[in-house]
Amino acid sequence: MEMNKLSPREIIPKRIAMMFEDGMLVNLGVGVPGLVPQFLPKGIKVWLHAENGSIGAGAPVPPGGEVDPFMVDASWQYCTMMPGACTFDSSKSFGIIRGGHLAYTVLGALQVDEEGSLANWVVPGGKLAGMGGAMDLVAGAKKVIIATEHCSKDGSSKVLKKCTFPLTGLKVVDYIVTDLAFIEVTPEGLVLKEVAPGVTVEEVVSKTEAKLIIPANVPEMPI
Amino acid sequence: MAVIMDVKEAVKKIKDGMVIHVGGFYAVGTPEDIIDEMVKQGPKNLTLISNDGGAPDKGVGRLLAAGQVKKLIISWGGRTPLIPELVDKGELELELNPQGTLAERIRAAGYGLGGIITPTGLGTMIEEKFGQRVTFNGQDFLYHTPLKADVAIIGAYRADKAGNIIFRRSQRNFCEIMAMAADLTIAQVYKPIEEMGALDPDEIMVPGPLVDILVQQTGEERVMWR
Repeated sequence: MEMNKLSPREIIPKRIAMMFEDGMLVNLGVGVPGLVPQFLPKGIKVWLHAENGSIGAGAPVPPGGEVDPFMVDASWQYCTMMPGACTFDSSKSFGIIRGGHLAYTVLGALQVDEEGSLANWVVPGGKLAGMGGAMDLVAGAKKVIIATEHCSKDGSSKVLKKCTFPLTGLKVVDYIVTDLAFIEVTPEGLVLKEVAPGVTVEEVVSKTEAKLIIPANVPEMPI
Repeated sequence: MAVIMDVKEAVKKIKDGMVIHVGGFYAVGTPEDIIDEMVKQGPKNLTLISNDGGAPDKGVGRLLAAGQVKKLIISWGGRTPLIPELVDKGELELELNPQGTLAERIRAAGYGLGGIITPTGLGTMIEEKFGQRVTFNGQDFLYHTPLKADVAIIGAYRADKAGNIIFRRSQRNFCEIMAMAADLTIAQVYKPIEEMGALDPDEIMVPGPLVDILVQQTGEERVMWR
């Protein structure tokens, strides 16, 4: 293996960061989606929306640090606020989401399928937590980007013909960005737009359960 | 005009079997002094409506641990392992709502609307369980009923004797809409309650006449790390 090979936690957020434009309002889920801001090109800044009622929440305060006890981000981290930040109540927060005011939401996936349906909130028989704001985010954001490893830990594809887990949203996904591929969801089906550096089209096809539409030219991700 | 009350007197208004809105998001905005007193006085068979399940030692999680809750309506409960345990044992009825749907159902109750129609949850378990599909102008939505409570308990940062409330930072969350969606609203106020005229009318987030009881918070706001 090459020494400088990028990890999934670099490939995925780096490719997604290239889609962001200066000043966009976006909502990022926990995990890999939250890494996207680290990879934004120089000079590009985006506004981060948090479900619990803020735009412009800043860096998390390390545990034990001095905090404002009234300020947490959407993943229960005490945090600062950026200059220009604002706060609001939950009704307005979800009005911002459902009203189409978010350019993108970036979320993780358990499963995503050929029709652009997403399952990311509960595994059948698994520990029950709840959907939180995920169903509203996929229903309301202008574009839904899925950031996920292409395969599960057991090697099975997460990009399926049809999701089998309970859905977060039906036909809601626009882009699927994995450690192997950049895929666009179109009315005709899933189009393989790019492959990750060093990955072949054949490898992507062999690791994808869903049917992929393969254009004549599939370039490498320009990351 | 709001009445300023000792927390003990205020919590006496909460009776067995009532439906209670509990403000807070990850329990930021949850009035913990009022929860303390509810655990002490022990009203039972409560239906709690809240964004989330708090944690075992924060927010609604404490009322669950004390066995006072019959039904829980939330969007997420991932910090309180007791929730799935109680559900499995048949001791708790759980209704999960998408967070925005939950907020809007509460707002609808406070704003005199007959319910909400939203695209959120179409084709999911929400539609199978309780959302009713309706079609307007060729577009599908789910209809949901409003969520009203007997009592709302919320946190507040500043308040005056008229009951006017200002929240701080992410404390605001569900507290603002819950204040309008209950027969009786009790607010726990962090800063010393102020004279009328001390708050700038343009900065008030809940109009005073909508708030019934103010309880003065005594200790510091409780911090709980993730």
